[in-house]
Amino acid sequence: MAHTGVLRPGFIQLRVLDMPAAVEHYTKRIGLHQVTEGPDGRVYLKAADEFDHHSIVLRRADTAGYDLMAFKVREESDLDSFEKRIVEWGYPVDHVAAGEQPGIGRRIGWMLESGHRIELYHHADQSEPKPRIHNPDVWDLEPHGMRARRFDHALLYGPNIQRNLEFFEKVLDFSCAERVDMPDGLLAIWLTASMKAHDIAFVNHPEPGKFHHAAFDLESWMDVGHAADILTRYDISVDIGPTRHGITRGQTIYFFDPSGNRNEVFAGGYSYYPDNPTRTWDAENVGKGIFYYERQLNDAFLSVVT
Amino acid sequence: MSERYTITVEGSGSADCGAGERVLVALERAQGFGRLKNMPCRLPVGCRRGGCGICRARVIEGDYRRDVMSRAHVTSDDEADGVVLACAIYPLGDLTLRLEPKRLGKNGRMAEMSQGGK
Repeated sequence: MAHTGVLRPGFIQLRVLDMPAAVEHYTKRIGLHQVTEGPDGRVYLKAADEFDHHSIVLRRADTAGYDLMAFKVREESDLDSFEKRIVEWGYPVDHVAAGEQPGIGRRIGWMLESGHRIELYHHADQSEPKPRIHNPDVWDLEPHGMRARRFDHALLYGPNIQRNLEFFEKVLDFSCAERVDMPDGLLAIWLTASMKAHDIAFVNHPEPGKFHHAAFDLESWMDVGHAADILTRYDISVDIGPTRHGITRGQTIYFFDPSGNRNEVFAGGYSYYPDNPTRTWDAENVGKGIFYYERQLNDAFLSVVT
Repeated sequence: MSERYTITVEGSGSADCGAGERVLVALERAQGFGRLKNMPCRLPVGCRRGGCGICRARVIEGDYRRDVMSRAHVTSDDEADGVVLACAIYPLGDLTLRLEPKRLGKNGRMAEMSQGGK
């Protein structure tokens, strides 16, 4: 099989200030489903078009932001080979036992030099709702809310992203689809393990471990418009959009969950092959790269994070 | 019709705010109508939900109701001192406040910088 090693973003765990408000936002508005609530109060959510147990984990805390993001690997043995490579690179690796999150097998985890925890796992139970696989309809359970199809990617902010770039390319076998270079250095990288234009992205930022957004895949530009209708109808705080990214070409809206964590709904984007060259952007054109129609960054893009 | 109150931003101007309305949202509207004309810059607006800390302010006078806001930006001591995130408070009367955004220092740590619009 052609696609080996790291397959895709599996799940992200976010901190929220108000759990009932967060659950309502992610289920009724984004269109996810609650799978279960764990004994420690963490809530596990998924899109109906995903097979695996969950893709979003919400943890009640007194600050908003990012706990961790986990990628699924193709084979159980990949966990051992990646652990060896990560340790050889110089990052200490720890182990999370199977079942620490319901439905998820053993995980390995480590800290990036940008201050973000990343994990790998192989096993995930499947959970309902999920797509049927024999004579399947386009959906089994009728989509609701913004009709999110999957947790797609995340953008994280922190220092030392040149080191993240080297690590993801050399140790996890990702490719860099696009990058922004400013006169004073690397500003941003979009990394992919797959044929998506990005699976994870980083922006250089002085404070470590910060979270810019988690993105949900929508089917079409029409669905992005429908999402915009929902944002206004329910008075959800909007950052920017509907608009388009020059980088990845995705059609997009940035908005905020009830704890101030930024979300994105995202449609389109080009297909990436691992032999494609890296697309590059410079300081004069980064505005168009980030927001293609506005052609400039908004005040919040580089400064508003949780 | 719900009660309406006046939100004064020290040195910048004032805004009309409904009792159930986020103070920051009333300030955004007032700036759009040109009523914060002495504010030297764009009002700092981020998540509008108490998480990002961009709209940190100090209430100088007046009573308000508060939503939960991130402890990364408003500590218990801050809270006792009248420091708030303007997006996560609702007026119970006329309010006077001063914007006190945090700015990143060169070493990446958050350093407080008063920006009163004077």
